[in-house]
Amino acid sequence: MSIKIEHLNYVYSPGTAYEKQALKDICLEIPHGEFVGIIGHTGSGKSTLIQHLNGLIRATSGELYYNGENIYSENYNMKALRSQVGLVFQYPEHQLFEVDVLSDVCFGPKNQGLSKEECEKRAREALKLVGLKEKYYQSSPFELSGGQKRRAAIAGVLAMQPKVLILDEPTAGLDPKGRDDILDQIAYLHKKSDLTVILVSHSMEDIAKYADRIIVMNHGKVMYNDTPKKVFAHYKELEEVGLAAPQVTYIMHELKEKGIDVNVAATTVEEAADSIMEVLGHD
Amino acid sequence: MRKMVQTEDLIFEYAKRDEEGNVIGAYRAVDQVNLDVEEGQFIAILGHNGSGKSTLAKHINAILLPTEGTVWVSGKDTKEPEELWNVRQSAGMVFQNPDNQIIGTVVEEDVGFGPENLGVPTDDIWKRVEQSLKAVGMIEYRHHSPNKLSGGQKQRVAIAGVIAMRPKCIVLDEPTAMLDPNGRKEVLRTVEELRKQEKVTAILITHYMEEVIDADKVFVMDHGHVVMEGTPRDIFSQVDTLKEYRLDVPQVTILADELKKRGLDIPAGILRKEELVEAICRLK
Repeated sequence: MSIKIEHLNYVYSPGTAYEKQALKDICLEIPHGEFVGIIGHTGSGKSTLIQHLNGLIRATSGELYYNGENIYSENYNMKALRSQVGLVFQYPEHQLFEVDVLSDVCFGPKNQGLSKEECEKRAREALKLVGLKEKYYQSSPFELSGGQKRRAAIAGVLAMQPKVLILDEPTAGLDPKGRDDILDQIAYLHKKSDLTVILVSHSMEDIAKYADRIIVMNHGKVMYNDTPKKVFAHYKELEEVGLAAPQVTYIMHELKEKGIDVNVAATTVEEAADSIMEVLGHD
Repeated sequence: MRKMVQTEDLIFEYAKRDEEGNVIGAYRAVDQVNLDVEEGQFIAILGHNGSGKSTLAKHINAILLPTEGTVWVSGKDTKEPEELWNVRQSAGMVFQNPDNQIIGTVVEEDVGFGPENLGVPTDDIWKRVEQSLKAVGMIEYRHHSPNKLSGGQKQRVAIAGVIAMRPKCIVLDEPTAMLDPNGRKEVLRTVEELRKQEKVTAILITHYMEEVIDADKVFVMDHGHVVMEGTPRDIFSQVDTLKEYRLDVPQVTILADELKKRGLDIPAGILRKEELVEAICRLK
């Protein structure tokens, strides 16, 4: 599903003393099947933006189109949209509530009105996708470890078979292996099932590794909207707004300053290593 | 050097219960841990989710008491009921989510809550509040409402609330997990300042490998045991072993390791970008 946002504004508590414009004139296009990263400091409007994407928040003004259809038009089926746009909140494991893992993951498809058999089939598929072993299906979700709970919660959204998957900091608080496992799994899903993925993260390294394109939010506006290389080339401006570039990007810039002619656009370890070897490796 | 925290064969077991709440077994979260932290040190504890880090940390200010073994904080046995308040005053804790730690409606009230509970005279409380907020660089926000602050600022207020109780040691349990890059920097800089200015002992639990490169000593936990112990350089030069424990090394170290594998003459255990840049420049 392609997404198009036109001149979207959102104001919290309008007309009160707490009035605050959280989003200012957002214009964005996200083609079907893209892997998009969203970065921005705390309070920059990231979470407000993604809550518009499945209609949880309605824009104060502006338009939002899915496949060319305006979701604010009168007869738009918002319920259908919500089952196609899966939103995984921060700390989604706080939303686990059922007696066992399988029932919890069945909850989404059950609400879509699917038969019990179909729900279970989808739940099992989703649990397999997130790599949760079958021996845990009958366990209480509260007995799982942090990483396992997180996966069960993500499976709950995947079981609805969304076309767009939005994740708000899915790896906060996970250990490095748990973090890599979840992101690799999402990248695999994205490749395999041409899912559109929108990933909100505070880890510049993760965003650089996985995203095709990065949207940088600052004070409710889109500051940059480009490939990781082009966005991280603005590392000085990013620092001014509370962000950073991946560590390797800094190393490349320092090497360049010292007169070693490496590619400063490198944002991942592989790219950096390739470029350094090219300059130094052939004697 | 005086000992700040010491544990001897520390074991902690959580009770497993059935649906009626009857105890049906025990889960050993911390198993035979011997820890030695000297006053003024900066200690980092790494380990995957469920490895026992937080359970261990909660012993340091007596939120949990040992099932077996002993924990001493500033030489006081945490199991002695009459020492409980002394222990808690010696070691303060900062947790992951700043929103769960702030209770005041105004920043300075929140910071004053701790010393007030300790029975500090009012004039003294205000002095301590001022000093603590200055120490974390938040004094200009003293009359603000905490819920209007950024994550990093809230976490610094939480730290100020802890240091207003004048602890000799602060235990920080993933204090940066929910923060953006700037918030992370603010919190780490604050901890560094406290160590230098106030000589506070810091015990940092984190999943960000970059945050521990300045530690005096790193402990790695797995299944309740301490499985590795050493300087950051010792620990991060063992990339493969760390991966087995579900951990990682800083991105700089990964790049250095990769270049070494591809045949460049780069020394092992590089932690900082300056070190790597220097090593590469030498090869030019």
